[in-house]
Amino acid sequence: MKFSKTVGDLAVWRLKRSVILGLKSLWMHKLRSMLTALGIVFGVASVIAMLAIGEGASHEAQEQIKNLGSQNIILQSVKPTNDATAGEQQRSLILSYGLTRRDLEQIRNTIPGVEVVVPARQMKDYIWNISHSVDADVLGTVSWYPEMRGRRVSAGRFFTNLEMEDRSNVCVLSADLAKRLFPLSDPIGREVRLQRSYFRVIGIIEGRPISTDAAAGSGGLGGGSQKAKKGGEKGAPGEESTYEMLIPLTTLVERFGEVLMKYRSGSFEAEKVDFHEVTVKINDPDKVMTSAEAIRHLLERNHKEVDYRMIVPLELLRRAERTKQIFNIVLGSIAAISLIVGGIGIMNIMLATVTERTREIGIRRALGAKQRDIVSQFLIETVLLSGAGGLIGVAVGLAIPMVITRFADMLTIVEFWAPALAFTISVVIGVAFGIYPAFRAAGMNPVEALRHE
Amino acid sequence: MQAGRRAIIELRQVEKHYLMGSFLVKALDGITLTVYAGDYISILGPSGCGKSTLLNILGCLDQPTTGEYLLEGRDVARLPDDELSQVRGKRLGFIFQSYNLIQQLTVVENIEVPLYYQGVPEAESRRIATDLARQVGLGERLDHRPTELSGGQQQRVAIARALANDPAVILADEATGNLDSKSGGDILKIFDDLNAAGKTLIMITHDEKMAERTPRVIRLRDGQVVFDSGDAIVRPSAGAALSMKEG
Ligand SMILES: Nc1ncnc2c1ncn2[C@@H]1O[C@H](COP(=O)(O)OP(=O)(O)OP(=O)(O)O)[C@@H](O)[C@H]1O
Ligand SMILES: [Mg+2]
Repeated sequence: MKFSKTVGDLAVWRLKRSVILGLKSLWMHKLRSMLTALGIVFGVASVIAMLAIGEGASHEAQEQIKNLGSQNIILQSVKPTNDATAGEQQRSLILSYGLTRRDLEQIRNTIPGVEVVVPARQMKDYIWNISHSVDADVLGTVSWYPEMRGRRVSAGRFFTNLEMEDRSNVCVLSADLAKRLFPLSDPIGREVRLQRSYFRVIGIIEGRPISTDAAAGSGGLGGGSQKAKKGGEKGAPGEESTYEMLIPLTTLVERFGEVLMKYRSGSFEAEKVDFHEVTVKINDPDKVMTSAEAIRHLLERNHKEVDYRMIVPLELLRRAERTKQIFNIVLGSIAAISLIVGGIGIMNIMLATVTERTREIGIRRALGAKQRDIVSQFLIETVLLSGAGGLIGVAVGLAIPMVITRFADMLTIVEFWAPALAFTISVVIGVAFGIYPAFRAAGMNPVEALRHE
Repeated sequence: MQAGRRAIIELRQVEKHYLMGSFLVKALDGITLTVYAGDYISILGPSGCGKSTLLNILGCLDQPTTGEYLLEGRDVARLPDDELSQVRGKRLGFIFQSYNLIQQLTVVENIEVPLYYQGVPEAESRRIATDLARQVGLGERLDHRPTELSGGQQQRVAIARALANDPAVILADEATGNLDSKSGGDILKIFDDLNAAGKTLIMITHDEKMAERTPRVIRLRDGQVVFDSGDAIVRPSAGAALSMKEG
């Protein structure tokens, strides 16, 4: 017989025929094939779903921490909880605690690599637009605050160095506060009142005031609270607020003095805090951890009691990354085990199939099949089985995160490579666990195979 | 033996040994045999005398322990596995007692199996298989599965399959052993026709009556050829008498 076929054509044609043959054999035992593929379906689906959930959960935590700035060290004043001290302080009527000018000076002068220091003072009061008021946080800070803390000015602008020097009465409102105070009109250029002073609105700032409480707690994966909690020093504990007014630090000190007074829940409270928050930026990313250590020692020396808190975003980020890494290892192990179990299931069935089809193998060998023909026949069957299982698994694996996002309101992220990886692994499993049964089939003695009942 | 006739198969001192525990069983014990193109041979002998073993070696399914085997002049006694497969697929056709069709394939597909392993293109292979199915009287049942056919019909599919690659020799191991006399007769009729058309056939049988139809008869006992009629037409009575005398 003369056939002018190129070797390549022949290979493709053979593969096609083998695939059809494999599908026929699998179709003969539909239920068995389906049950066998199910192991791979669940393996692949769980890999994709778990990756998506893990990725989504850690993404939120990491985003928050990153916004704090990975080269920053954030220091906050904390009202001491020590009863003895509190009692003593109460007698003097003015509660004095927290980060001081001295701390700030020493950090600036003695810690190597300190680039910028962003001090901030905070108070809580009503902000008025004519007769309409909102209880908000007032933050006195410096002109480079948005850049340092990764917050975007979405409309207008932030205040300038000049406005700081001039102690201007300008303010930038958080998007939520702007909406509450000016529900119908553009707030920019309008004026709001704080106690007896009027402030001109020059910009709107985006982003929640990232709660450092939340960030501190979100070393793990679960810390992606949507609304940042602002348990402000003067606010009622647990009160949630994204209402924020930012004014120049200089203006805050001049207008409202060193001692912040507030009439609240029937009694006066007065406190003296130099800075509620200080952000220190270290110029060398590699020196952040050592500088943080130095600052910690410095503050320990200066403060008898712990009336401050230190947050190192880089440290949190590393911890979050580490947690994610552990999570990924756990997840990877579970996925690997489930896929291996699936693969063993396939191998088990294929070995049974080979035994069951010993006669067929003998017949094919008698009719001219080479050993490699038999190997490829059985290997193609396992790859078809695991590949089909893999495809269904990808579909199920993509559906699960969607369902979770829809009904559990959790962020899930399916990385583009995850389905491809999971599918590839399923095919590799098919080959790996199909090789032994296939070679066992091909290695059988044709005469004995033909005699097999 | 005879000048002018082409030898297809030449066996010289072929032995096949099996180890049964510590016993050495000589299933074939020095077989020397020449088969010519166009031969029509019955192999007879008591159970366990080595008929199947001989046929498996002739069919390149098995290899002799010692001795020489030339198939169409080519030494196939020590070929590597791939080449043996090639020889089986191209030059030899098998017919088994239990039909040995592949259950998940239809009639045509079964006939196509040997063509597939020789790389015959789909359309060509379909045409050859359909023609052969018609020749054995199964033109109406091309798409039936083996389970939907009678034993005789299944054996006819097996014959068509054995003919697919136009082999040099057809080997049948008790091809009618599972059939009633009517279907068995049909099969033998096909064999006769094939031989009349020039095909070389070697068949194992237990039935002296069947051996009657074939021009040449070979009798085995204990792995040895005890009688070979050569190309002379042997009457069954003569053959039986001879084997009785020797027994
Ligand atoms: N794989 C094997 N292992 C051990 N001994 C074997 C093997 N195959 C065949 N034999 C032995 O070789 C001898 C010949 O066997 P064979 O199958 O050729 O007999 P046979 O003539 O075909 O018998 P039957 O008419 O019953 O089919 C027997 O004694 C058998 O036990
Ligand atoms: Mg036998």
